[in-house]
Amino acid sequence: MPNLVEIRDLHFSYGIRPILSGLQMDFPRGKVVAVMGGSGSGKTTILRLIGGQLQAQTGTIKFDGQMVNARDTRKMYAMRRKMGMLFQHGALFTDLSVFDNVAFPLREHTTLPEELIRDLVLMKLHAVGLRNAAQLKPSEISGGMARRVALARAVALDPQLIMYDEPFAGLDPISMGVAANIIRRLNDALGSTSILVSHDVHETFLIADYVYFLSQGKIVAHGTPQQMQESNDPYVKQFVHAEADGPVPFHYPGRSLAEDLKVEVRS
Amino acid sequence: MILDTVASLGRLVLETVGRVGYAARIFFALLGASVGLIRRPRLITDQIHFIGNYSLVIISVSGLFVGFVLGWQGYYILNRYGSEQALGVMVALSLTRELGPVVTALLFAGRAGTSLTAEIGLMKAGEQLSAMEMMAINPLQRVVAPRFWAGVISMPVLAAIFSAVGVIGGYIIGVRLIGVDEGAFWSQMQAGVDLWEDIANGVIKSVVFGFAVTFIALFQGYEAQPTPEGVARATTRTVVISSLTVLWLDFLLTALMFS
Repeated sequence: MPNLVEIRDLHFSYGIRPILSGLQMDFPRGKVVAVMGGSGSGKTTILRLIGGQLQAQTGTIKFDGQMVNARDTRKMYAMRRKMGMLFQHGALFTDLSVFDNVAFPLREHTTLPEELIRDLVLMKLHAVGLRNAAQLKPSEISGGMARRVALARAVALDPQLIMYDEPFAGLDPISMGVAANIIRRLNDALGSTSILVSHDVHETFLIADYVYFLSQGKIVAHGTPQQMQESNDPYVKQFVHAEADGPVPFHYPGRSLAEDLKVEVRS
Repeated sequence: MILDTVASLGRLVLETVGRVGYAARIFFALLGASVGLIRRPRLITDQIHFIGNYSLVIISVSGLFVGFVLGWQGYYILNRYGSEQALGVMVALSLTRELGPVVTALLFAGRAGTSLTAEIGLMKAGEQLSAMEMMAINPLQRVVAPRFWAGVISMPVLAAIFSAVGVIGGYIIGVRLIGVDEGAFWSQMQAGVDLWEDIANGVIKSVVFGFAVTFIALFQGYEAQPTPEGVARATTRTVVISSLTVLWLDFLLTALMFS
């Protein structure tokens, strides 16, 4: 099967508020696929649906040929052992050291001896450049470093799928470049598949093989980063070139300024 | 107007029933998740150290002062009837039957309960529980259940310590300071306190309070809105609901045990 994850005709809503409608997406094995779009476009929801933390109303998600069903807890837990996820702010366990955070999934899911766990953790931390920060607490490291530790933890069990939720948000340019480089290198070294949710065009286009653009819960464009750069789609153009106004209006929709100020506009 | 009142009352009842039902579901899920802890008792002992040990100072100091007050008040009341020799049994019965379990549970709700709610609530707000789920680790089993059983185990031990320190407080005031006969103080206590009727019932009470307070604290944290305001509200709810539940359960258990 060429695709590790397949989404077909997916609809999801919170109560009566629709979030995603009619999604069709493919995530081929070994590739880094980016999902881009403005805030509130439903990007993170896609990751939560793939991870089985949410259940779609209609449509299907297949992971490694198996149907994702959030209601089947036992099956979901088995499936998640093949997944790793990097949360937006790292979500490190604040009472554990950097070392223990990375060791956590290994200790929970394996019966490896402590010496081997130590070696594996140090190797994972080495891969993200933080081997020498192993004994620090999450409160003693920067946001960028926390993200890298979380990444080392996410790949601790060498997952088939790694999901990244806004890995570049709030990072300085150096940390951003480092994070992008690590994501690509890890994906290729582990032979895994990566789903990258981001709205950082520059870094994402550098490392992604394929990009989906999402607006108001729908796919509005998709293709290679090169194709997206050259796209004439108004939404993609506005997003890629960071234009203030366009299909995504600058003003929040509602009453006009003239109506609010109770003045008549001369025609 | 009347229709609106009836409608809002109905809504309130429905919401309350739904919430109680949901809490019951989480409680049974928690019990189910606890089975796996048999193989990992270390998770519970670590939490007993954290929850129980850190509550020890406040419990001991409070027990001592409650004992002081009981010694003093008890002496003046019993002295009116020439029965100050019964001070020991009065202090011991007050503590083992009522004050030990109840005051310990109230202090536990304020000290350990709020800390549990805030800890779980902040873990939720920081997506740590979600991260655990995504690592295929059940947060109910790994995080909530060890804290729950640690609370249930710690409560009777803390209540026993509270009562023991309280008796010492009563002794210091009654015997050492006021001058009640020491032999009468201890011998009347020994004769008047029944192991099953008084002490065992007190222990049962504190175990029930342990279940109630710890579950309320953990449930509030687990269900807190993942925002600073949400966690603050959940912490307040823990103290209010736990305190009222302890007093209500105490009335119920007292009626069942001693009527």
